[in-house]
Amino acid sequence: MSRNANVNANANANANVNANANATSGVVFARVLRGIAQLASASLLVLLLALFAYLAKQSRMSVEVFGLGFLAGTEWDPLHARFGALPFLFGTILSSVLALAIALPGGFLVAIYVAELGPRRTRGPVGALVEMLAAVPSVVYGMWGVLVLAPLLRGTGARGPTQGVSMLAASLVLALMVLPTIAAVMRDVLLAVPQNLREAGTALGGTRWEVLRHVVIPHARAGLFAATMLGFGRAVGETMAVTMVIGNSAEISASLFAPGYTAASVLANEMPQASDPLHASALYEVALVLLVVTVLFNLGAHGVVRRYLRRKAAGLSTGPAEGELGPSP
Amino acid sequence: MSTVPPSTPPPPHVEKMRAENLGAKFPDAVALRGITMPVIEHKVTAVIGPSGCGKSTFIRCLNRMHEVVPGATTSGDVLLDGKSIYGSAVDPVGVRRKVGMVFQKPNPFPEMSVRDNVLSGLRLNGIRPASPDVVVEAALTQAAMWDEMRDSLDRPGGSLSGGQQQRLCIARCLALEPEVILMDEPCSSLDPIATARIEELIHDLRERYTIVIVTHSMQQAARVSDLTAFFYLGELVEYGLADVLFTRPEDPRTEEYITGRFG
Amino acid sequence: MSDAARVRTLASRRASESFVRGLAAGVTALTVVGLASVLFSVVGYGARGLSMTTLTALPRPAGVPGGGVANAIVGTLLLVALACAIALPVGLLAGIHLAEARTGKLVRLARTAADALAAVPSVVFGIFVFGVLVAWMKHFSALAGGAALALTMIPTVTRATEVAVRAVPERLREAALALGATRHRVIAQVVLPSAARGIATGVLLAVGRAAGEAAPLLFTAWESRFFCDDLREPTASLPVSIFTYTISPYDDLHAQAWAAALVLVSLVLVFQVTARLLSKRRDDVS
Repeated sequence: MSRNANVNANANANANVNANANATSGVVFARVLRGIAQLASASLLVLLLALFAYLAKQSRMSVEVFGLGFLAGTEWDPLHARFGALPFLFGTILSSVLALAIALPGGFLVAIYVAELGPRRTRGPVGALVEMLAAVPSVVYGMWGVLVLAPLLRGTGARGPTQGVSMLAASLVLALMVLPTIAAVMRDVLLAVPQNLREAGTALGGTRWEVLRHVVIPHARAGLFAATMLGFGRAVGETMAVTMVIGNSAEISASLFAPGYTAASVLANEMPQASDPLHASALYEVALVLLVVTVLFNLGAHGVVRRYLRRKAAGLSTGPAEGELGPSP
Repeated sequence: MSTVPPSTPPPPHVEKMRAENLGAKFPDAVALRGITMPVIEHKVTAVIGPSGCGKSTFIRCLNRMHEVVPGATTSGDVLLDGKSIYGSAVDPVGVRRKVGMVFQKPNPFPEMSVRDNVLSGLRLNGIRPASPDVVVEAALTQAAMWDEMRDSLDRPGGSLSGGQQQRLCIARCLALEPEVILMDEPCSSLDPIATARIEELIHDLRERYTIVIVTHSMQQAARVSDLTAFFYLGELVEYGLADVLFTRPEDPRTEEYITGRFG
Repeated sequence: MSDAARVRTLASRRASESFVRGLAAGVTALTVVGLASVLFSVVGYGARGLSMTTLTALPRPAGVPGGGVANAIVGTLLLVALACAIALPVGLLAGIHLAEARTGKLVRLARTAADALAAVPSVVFGIFVFGVLVAWMKHFSALAGGAALALTMIPTVTRATEVAVRAVPERLREAALALGATRHRVIAQVVLPSAARGIATGVLLAVGRAAGEAAPLLFTAWESRFFCDDLREPTASLPVSIFTYTISPYDDLHAQAWAAALVLVSLVLVFQVTARLLSKRRDDVS
């Protein structure tokens, strides 16, 4: 550090005197720039660690009071200071799985239609629409769910002020929200498969679907998996859309028509009002669980994809280059 | 306009394929005009010509790969065993099963094993062979690579050398037992040794298959082909026995090309 | 070979193809209709509720006519600008560093951290900023809101920048280095200009996403009935206004929620479409 400062001072003193000094000051300048860039990269790491550390520190009280029972407790009662997170975990997982059960096959079919099977003329517009809808904010999907979808679902669930809002409504809204994301990413993944592999399959006498099934999809496996995980992660962490339509009732119910609750929603609803320290700490612990789950899940998915890609790369010293299509020589 | 020149080989010969007034277009360019020429069974036909003369487009019309390019169209007709492959009732997928193709850049399926690459054509055609190992061995033997590959059947196709990849593509094509094999500059990305092996292979394959090979190398055309067609600016200029075409060309443009004055 | 082989007829193969194509077309149509109905609702109801008053007036209580979301519009723009001011320097620098340095322990860890941060639900960032900044300042504030949005943007911007910088062909770098340019000059004068479009696309997408976020703002920027004239004070924003209006039981607030949604969706789509055009033109060039 002090050596740097020295060089810096020297360089500044001589900067205008000779050309040699220019080179020195250039080196210092480069070092400073690199230092700043390294700092920026390091800040990502610091931020991630700070998130974990902070949430862990804040949830200490809750951990000490409830222990592991927190995750299994079915009661969430701020008035009597009894906190169990199971209803939220249950709601988060159920709504996400249901949403993915709809959005994954749907998104996949939309992607293969847009990337491979649809008529060329409709691919562009449909693709653009899907991309646009992937960008619509989730609060707007939630609003649509409350003001349009829930009235349609009215009469399907419990009577009373929560009519129409339910686990089912939340899953549908989530599915609708996640589907364009999955479709858009999967489309890009499919389009990235080299054209010469498609040509090879076509020249061997495969139909479009056979080429897709035997050549394109196997080649794109890792990317398709990543797209799925991205969609699932979105669903798990989604807050607004779910909060607005799930009914926010911390009870585990077997009926999809009954209201439910998710981890993200309870945070959105109770965090600022939680004046009781134990209540706040319990909420921080919910946030910590949500963070751990989403991060581990994502890193796991990344690991799978990376291992797959590495295996692929290891086998491919001279993989064929990007194929060319068009007027030939 | 070119018609069949008088120097076509003497009988007995069987026309395996025939282009009839064949034309081909891209959205922004005409690639081929009025090509009429036969392809003789169990012979190697070389198609030569300068870059952009339409020679690759020509063979892509012979297995209906040309139309895979968005906006590309064909006119005229191509016959296989006397029957049009462009008829309204003909499925291009069936045509490609009979008329196989090997591309300029080797394109094995990179992460499939050697074995799966050989079998991929069958799988793509909805065929499940009763004894796949026999198919793999037969195809690799025909492609003259069984001995070097027999212990590496599980290696991914993408890990082979360029020459091996190209022979694997030929084996993949052979496993489908096609009748005609089209080769689009199959050696252009290979070194001289790998090229020599492919040329040898072409020589051997002639016994069982009809081969059409596009090449930018006149030496290669002279070495491997029985018949040679010279294309220029999308037209067929001259077509005949290779040794005749290379020694006594009839058209001045052919002569200029083979003596290296253009191209 | 084909003696004992199981062979499918071409007709049956074509039938499978048609089946899959039909299924894909059907599901796509269904999806397009479903999703388009979301857009149509926003445009239809939104246009009905939208007027000059909505765009220029401050909110009024339910039942009192003449209310608008002007402060939320300004608030959203303000929050996004704040978020950019924080997130862009960090994200761009980190992205360039990750792409150019390539290897090393710090790079590997930071890359993993970027991946992990990208997966963190935005509500968690909101809680973090609430606990750290809001609790410390003892006040909801626009500053805290901007910080929370910035945290959601940083991983996206970093990763987009890294991808764009890496996509610059190595031969350009080598050409410049061979001419005797220093590393940072190569980056500044060769690499960044050719990566600029890609970076801009990534930034626009991140900004569009951030502009629509409500969850991180709920307990940072909070809400306000007035224009924000002090960054240490809370501010309204379109996403949060949409949320609170929607869950209120009043029809006139619902109408305002639709109008606000129309404004928000238009804003987000401007970013989205610009990004799309930028990336498209890049494809044409290459």
